[in-house]
Amino acid sequence: MNSRAPNRRLVTRLLLAVVVMFAFGFALVPLYDVMCKAFGINGKTAGQYEGSQVVDPTREVRVQFLPTNNADMVWDFYSKAAEVTVHPGAVTEMIFVARNPTNHAMSAQAVPSISPSEAASYFHKTECFCFTQQVLDPGERIEMPVRFIVDRDLPKDIKHLTLAYTLFDITARHPPIKTGS
Amino acid sequence: MSAVIDDHDHTGADHAHGPAKGLMRWVLTTNHKDIGTLYLWFSFCMFLLGGSFAMVIRAELFQPGLQIVEPAFFNQMTTMHGLVMVFGAVMPAFVGLANWMIPLMIGAPDMALPRMNNFSFWLLPAAFLLLVSTLFTPGGGPNFGWTFYAPLSTTYAPPSVTFFIFAIHLMGISSIMGAINIIATILNLRAPGMTLMKMPLFVWTWLITAFLLIAVMPVLAGCVTMMLMDIHFGTSFFSAAGGGDPVLFQHVFWFFGHPEVYIMILPAFGAISSIIPAFSRKPLFGYTSMVYATASIAFLSFLVWAHHMFVVGIPLVGELFFMYATMLIAVPTGVKVFNWISTMWQGSLTFETPMLFAVAFVILFTIGGFSGLMLAIAPADFQYQDTYFVVAHFHYVLVPGAIFGIFASAYFWLPKWTGHMYDETLGKLHFWLSFIGMNMAFFPMHFVGLAGMPRRVPDYNLQFANFNMVSSIGAFTFGATQIFFLFIVIKTIRGGPPAPAKPWDGAEGLEWTIPSPAPYHTFTTPPEVE
Repeated sequence: MNSRAPNRRLVTRLLLAVVVMFAFGFALVPLYDVMCKAFGINGKTAGQYEGSQVVDPTREVRVQFLPTNNADMVWDFYSKAAEVTVHPGAVTEMIFVARNPTNHAMSAQAVPSISPSEAASYFHKTECFCFTQQVLDPGERIEMPVRFIVDRDLPKDIKHLTLAYTLFDITARHPPIKTGS
Repeated sequence: MSAVIDDHDHTGADHAHGPAKGLMRWVLTTNHKDIGTLYLWFSFCMFLLGGSFAMVIRAELFQPGLQIVEPAFFNQMTTMHGLVMVFGAVMPAFVGLANWMIPLMIGAPDMALPRMNNFSFWLLPAAFLLLVSTLFTPGGGPNFGWTFYAPLSTTYAPPSVTFFIFAIHLMGISSIMGAINIIATILNLRAPGMTLMKMPLFVWTWLITAFLLIAVMPVLAGCVTMMLMDIHFGTSFFSAAGGGDPVLFQHVFWFFGHPEVYIMILPAFGAISSIIPAFSRKPLFGYTSMVYATASIAFLSFLVWAHHMFVVGIPLVGELFFMYATMLIAVPTGVKVFNWISTMWQGSLTFETPMLFAVAFVILFTIGGFSGLMLAIAPADFQYQDTYFVVAHFHYVLVPGAIFGIFASAYFWLPKWTGHMYDETLGKLHFWLSFIGMNMAFFPMHFVGLAGMPRRVPDYNLQFANFNMVSSIGAFTFGATQIFFLFIVIKTIRGGPPAPAKPWDGAEGLEWTIPSPAPYHTFTTPPEVE
């Protein structure tokens, strides 16, 4: 049979397709992040915000804070107030407190999330402890400021935002070595 | 199985060589019929194994409260039932049918890549040995559902998850090689005159299925590889603590998972499209539209994955897009159902066992399709998500869809495979017991699901007790009936009225031009197709 040559060409192409699709599976990871950022979905907030805005004193938005520990995380973690009312455009500060009650040094990472998720791209943080990792010695307590601006263009139907922080124990992955932060 | 060997010995005598003798014939075989037989037997073993897991589930759910198994073991049963049925029973059964029938249908002497064919089969027993062995390890087998959502399957998984990952890798490699083989066979080995648009629909649907496999099995492999890296190599693809996202897992998984459901049903569409015309004694209505409908379903299956994720918090625009895209699939599917009914319309119908399974397929698969449409409605799905309504839906498309499609194919081509007619009375009994058992098992699940009974939980509220008892009795009936099917098949292999080359007077296709049982080597000189 002389079917070998076309078989080889076809099989090569199909194997190539397999490799491409395997790579595509991994390409979904950055693609997912890009899509979430581009469309401001999934409640993921952007990085540090550099700009400033004119305050809109005619409008009020309630911002609620929801600090939680991920499973197995033992730190005390809370915000100084459960909720503030802000004017869009104004810089507001909220202090979060974390304390390591154990007898060994630990490191932690906070992951923020905004709901409703449409509001994520209208919530700007000029300073946030979630930009860095926290390292606490046994019994150490820190106060961590978050400064944020609610965008003036926040859709009119959103009157209430929730900023949730989940604190993860990353001691195993990032051994607690004190850095400048 | 020795009876099969004897048959081949007799019928293969007038050819250059028949099959080798003994066990090594099956280990080393590159013959498409042998490998098809291996796939079919393997798939049936897995069907019984996965079925026995289902029996454990239904026994535990027979009454409310915990009676028979620990919740932890119950979770392993739901997981393993799904994995074994999807990857071990349904997919290999269709690959087995493809191995047996595609070369016969297109007039090819064998599959294009016979050695790879052998390898892709023998990977499967290894994969499932690995998977099932996890049940005996400390910490138990996979317990996170067949969809293995992270972080259940990563952070909180039992240690055996690594075996599960490698088993999935092996199955994936096997499926990909099988798909490459099928595409190469169909594109390169068709008999002269067998143009693409003359191919039987089973060949067409398998060609499209094979492309789906090549597109999505590597994504599944990537998905479990990411899990492996998260578990063992400190990456954070699916771990929020390290900057990853568990929701990403669901996107990657369902990008594979939704085309996967069409991988499990499209070959059945093809087989049914051969069987209904044969017993209606009319050519298939709308052949061309069937081909295009299959291709459209396959294409659309890539655009609907997030309808499995309506409650994860995707934006409204996304919910609308995936809702409408999902509903769009009803159009080509409707075309197919319409064509099957039009084929039967004013035909000279007879209802032998393959036709009974085929007609039940059309009716019951359509019911499953309609509950799928209900689930596609995003706001309604918030209510249905993770309830028994979902279980009812996908069992209605998979049991009377994929499984009945396989039964119909088995009865339809059993005379060609064994050279004997099966016992029609026993076949009909098998059908009716399966039909009644299956509906009894799964129809009440619609009601308990709508009333809010969650899936994958070993206990339930008292109000669901009666329906669950009915479901369990139906499931036991359906399960026991499949042992009876094994008996029918063995009886047919061992004897029975000799089958003519074309046992069904309305059947069409090259496979009926060769004697029954099919000789060990067929179409060594390609037939002419006018």
